Amino acid sequence: MDVILFLIFAIIAVVCAINVVVQTHPISSAISLVGVMGSLAVLYLLLGAEFIAAAQVIVYAGAIMVLFVFVIMLLNAGAESKKGRSFMVQLLGVPLLIGLLVLLGWFVQRLYPAGASMHFGGFQGGTARDVGRALFGPYLLPFEVTSILVLIAIVGAIVLARKEMD
Amino acid sequence: MDSFIVISLIKVVVVFAALMTTLLYLQWVERKVIAHIQIRPGPYRVGPHGLLQPVADVIKLITKEDLIPPHVNKTLYIAAPFLAITMALISISVIPFGPVIEVAGYKTMMQLTDLNIGVLFVLAVSSMGVYGIALAGWSSNNKYALLGGLRSSAQMISYELPLSLAIAAPLLISNTLSLRELVERQSGGIWNWNILHGPFPQIISFVVFLIAAFAETNRVPFDLPEAENELVAGFHTEYSSMKFASFFMAEYANMITVSAMATLLFLGGWVAPWPAAYGSSLVPTAIFAFAGVMALFHGIHPARRRDRHTLPVFGIIFLVIAAIFLLPAVQGWLVPLFWFAAKTGGILFAFMWIRGTLPRFRYDQLMGFTWKFLFPVAILNLLVTGLLVALV
Repeated sequence: MDVILFLIFAIIAVVCAINVVVQTHPISSAISLVGVMGSLAVLYLLLGAEFIAAAQVIVYAGAIMVLFVFVIMLLNAGAESKKGRSFMVQLLGVPLLIGLLVLLGWFVQRLYPAGASMHFGGFQGGTARDVGRALFGPYLLPFEVTSILVLIAIVGAIVLARKEMD
Repeated sequence: MDSFIVISLIKVVVVFAALMTTLLYLQWVERKVIAHIQIRPGPYRVGPHGLLQPVADVIKLITKEDLIPPHVNKTLYIAAPFLAITMALISISVIPFGPVIEVAGYKTMMQLTDLNIGVLFVLAVSSMGVYGIALAGWSSNNKYALLGGLRSSAQMISYELPLSLAIAAPLLISNTLSLRELVERQSGGIWNWNILHGPFPQIISFVVFLIAAFAETNRVPFDLPEAENELVAGFHTEYSSMKFASFFMAEYANMITVSAMATLLFLGGWVAPWPAAYGSSLVPTAIFAFAGVMALFHGIHPARRRDRHTLPVFGIIFLVIAAIFLLPAVQGWLVPLFWFAAKTGGILFAFMWIRGTLPRFRYDQLMGFTWKFLFPVAILNLLVTGLLVALV
């Protein structure tokens, strides 16, 4: 059951991810990206990380992607045309992609032998309580540093936008 | 395992049927309430007191021609109403209506499923609901629809922040994310409800939650996305027939969800305002008996000729309901359900009341209100609550 669900949502995620690149219209790409985020949330849920799954949907699919779609709608961006692809790219693209995938597979095989892999449903510590304890316990300093980094980014965005307005 | 599946299926069917009927008649109630606020009778022709009007509306909407304008982005145009209605209906699956009950030997919860992260689930699903409206506005390829969709997504992103912060404060007090546990922590009486209980009573966050909920459901005074005097009909300008009805139903389903959430988070869910030992289980009987007697009285002294036949029938129905509430066999689940429905219905009535009384915001006022007032208030409330919870 877990494996079937994993396969379904993994395939949806990969197909949506390819669709993001293939689609010519920005809105269609953005919607495909929402699909990727949603299926990733289901994969987290399969691993037992329920809080991460909910946060994934709320933050990525619900907030960030809505902003993406909003900006695309606001700028009223039209469809892109598929032109200007060089001959070399078309020739070398597929072999290089296959090579990259083989290399990735080899690395995963080497780093995580069959016994050490994570099994679905066997993962503990994904509840909101566990995540909270981890964030405010052993990982307090990285967590706070990250939040300050985000704050700096927000302030930076406002400063940049100000300059444009004046 | 098999009985679990069968019971779950039965529960899904019952909850879905009840939800659909409520959606249907909520619209009738709203028309009646607004009509009485504006001193007119409202729907009155189809059936007694217009009670069959929703059925007539449904038949009209189903049999209408389903137009798809030639200039739309077809895939997204068709997907948008489905997305809106699905996201609106899914969140009802985690809402608990009552305690654990026993029917014919089986113990079951009056809830479709009890998630550990029920509150987050509702937030996640409602944040996905924006896509339905935004995509409907964009795919219609119409400037009014596009402006409506843009306004709606901007408004929903902005009001989601105070909404989430207002939800976080009572969660700090109750110390759980499961909606069922949230209600169980508030049991005992009105003084244990989150709105009055705890180191810091959550009245402020209740008000912030309600205001943000009005904006999230695109209701008056925040119905900018479909402001008819500026935008024709906003995001659903190009929709007709059942696709239009989907948006309509989604709006009402969202109203029910946020009202139920307010009930569960702040008003103690299905918990009675005072313990049953002091007679709180007799309140529904008293209310229905009073309504029955009133209806009978007005049936004997009719103000309109038609009332002579309709009001006595309603009076007898109310009295029968009052008698049913006294049966010990059904009291266990009917009385909690009554309190849940009464609290949710009270908030839904406030939705209609405000629609009948308040004018619409201007767009810059709408944005200024949430970012400069509602958001800071919600943060301050959360800070004070957190501080007091940590200290006490």
